[in-house]
Amino acid sequence: MEVFNTFFIAPFADMIGSPIFLLEVVIGGILAGIMYSLVALGFVLIYKASGVFNFAQGAMVLFAALTLVGLMEHSVPLVLAILVTLAVMIGCAYLIERWLLRPLVNQAQIILFMATIGLNFVFEGGGQIVWGSNVKKLDVGIPEKSFEVGGVLLNTFDLTAALVAAVLVGFLAIFFQKTSVGRALRAVADDHQAALAVGIPLKTIWVIVWSVAGFVALVAGIMWGGKAGVSFSLALIALKALPVLILGGFESVPGAIIGGLLIGIFEKVSEVYWGPAFGGAIEGWFAYMAALVFLMFRPQGLFGEKIIERV
Amino acid sequence: MFYREAGQFKSSYQADQAIFPIVQDRWFMALVIAVAFVFIPFFADEYWHQAVIIPFLIMSLAAIGLNILTGYAGLVSLGTGAFMAVGGYATYKISTAFPELNIIIVFFLAGGITAAVGMVFGAPSLRIKGFYLAVATLAAQFFILWCFNKVEWFFNYSPSGTITAPPREVFGILISGPEAEPLARYYTCLIFLCVFALAAKNMVRGHVGRSWMAIRDMDIAAEIIGIRPLQTKLSAFGISSFYCGIAGALYVFCWLGSVETEAFDILNVSFPVLFMVIIGGLGSILGSILGAAFVTLLPIFLTNAPPMVGLVIAADLAKHVEEIIFGLLIMFFLIVEPHGLNRLWQIAKEKIRQWPFPY
Repeated sequence: MEVFNTFFIAPFADMIGSPIFLLEVVIGGILAGIMYSLVALGFVLIYKASGVFNFAQGAMVLFAALTLVGLMEHSVPLVLAILVTLAVMIGCAYLIERWLLRPLVNQAQIILFMATIGLNFVFEGGGQIVWGSNVKKLDVGIPEKSFEVGGVLLNTFDLTAALVAAVLVGFLAIFFQKTSVGRALRAVADDHQAALAVGIPLKTIWVIVWSVAGFVALVAGIMWGGKAGVSFSLALIALKALPVLILGGFESVPGAIIGGLLIGIFEKVSEVYWGPAFGGAIEGWFAYMAALVFLMFRPQGLFGEKIIERV
Repeated sequence: MFYREAGQFKSSYQADQAIFPIVQDRWFMALVIAVAFVFIPFFADEYWHQAVIIPFLIMSLAAIGLNILTGYAGLVSLGTGAFMAVGGYATYKISTAFPELNIIIVFFLAGGITAAVGMVFGAPSLRIKGFYLAVATLAAQFFILWCFNKVEWFFNYSPSGTITAPPREVFGILISGPEAEPLARYYTCLIFLCVFALAAKNMVRGHVGRSWMAIRDMDIAAEIIGIRPLQTKLSAFGISSFYCGIAGALYVFCWLGSVETEAFDILNVSFPVLFMVIIGGLGSILGSILGAAFVTLLPIFLTNAPPMVGLVIAADLAKHVEEIIFGLLIMFFLIVEPHGLNRLWQIAKEKIRQWPFPY
């Protein structure tokens, strides 16, 4: 009875008891969720266009952030530093396509997955060799002030992050829907062979998609780095993004966004209300378990393509 | 000239179905086993045992386990570390609760417990496929390790949160604990590996293995020809976890002696074992062992090579360089031979068969 009480009654009683606090937790969750979405977005872009489950996305976030901070430490102005970092990411995309994806074309998905784990090591090691492995502070000039709206504590940095994420998603949506490159990308995502048949250059498309993923990694790196400092732990946020992916579906951009928000809210709420009952530190696995349970009912995630199997 | 099957006729079904149908193969295998049992203990010193050979044997066992699951049944798992942890902690719990029980029996009991846990976490595989399943097995990885970290019963309420292998004897010889001779631990691991590799080889040649492969190649088609997905997938998870559990038990009792959950971390165990399976060759028992050799020996080689040629590199720089070289080598291997070291071995055999007249 006591167990029942701690797990099923007390948390809900707490929630109803102070709705303002619940709202604060939920908003905190949404803001954290936006960060997860940013990382998950990079995975989805690449998975859609090339069927590669890019494990190196987290390392790309780290690498982009390290490059940016490193440049700024050599007193390069912010805008220029961002542009140079972007150029570096595009260069990486080109190299990856040329030396990794092209030789591995038509291999099994797991082989490509393993190759990106190798890539992960290269990005992590390379970034830290070039720029050092100390924790660095990234200051992009976003003020970090707290203020209150209707009793709920908010933070300007988090709100800016949310705004940036929204703008980024809007930009990506326009890019995918309205430009000819975007149309080509969607065609490739739909069917590689058909896309080739109508004359879409697959190699160029892959470079573009990895560049866009690099850009998303840069944005995620700026946001996460600005919040928590740039260090090796940035690479581990990839692990945070994985439950978002399976919840939202590997192929869906809206899925990444909504999945990220859901996981963010879920994680914060469970940590605050159920964490003490479990003995704390449950954020490492709770999201995974939640996503797993969800998958039992919907094996392709929220927005994933319906799985049709034929013999 | 020396290696060919010409003139070796089989007159019974058994002879035709032997694991090594060619005489030269049998001799070669006997040689390898003789070297492992007689030659290596004679020459290896304590450093070699502790740093190279014992981890290689244990990881080979874990890689065979994962290869059964990923290579033969086609179910990608990133939870190897957690399953090994279950094996290690179960052995610890049983062995401290019943100190009189023979440690070998305890190993098998722990393997059984791991198999049960593996089947529980493998149950979603009936609904979920591919990378969704891979990420789902991460749930097992994080959840199980969290349990071993938080629930004090698992580490007998020791204040440091570590488990330490108690000294245990088999036939009067100490094989675990701090006083155990490296040689005794080496033989324990070696015997386990030989027995289990043989068992795995026979399993994958038999009915169970064929149904795993059918499920891997196309599960719907397999179902239509009468293979039950439930039993097949769960048996793959169960047997694979059994192997991982034994490997985990040896990992704690015969190698490290004293561990925290950190030792079973995803980056320390799960990914390296998956590398072994893929670099060695998916769906090959020999490949698992070759892959384990490659992945355990490479970092040791990379650490020791620069000082040998007189190059002095700062420790943290060396670590990153090692990381990069490791990553590059993995990519290189996948590009050059996506079917792994096992395929290279097959090609080499084919070449020797025709040597020196390749026409």
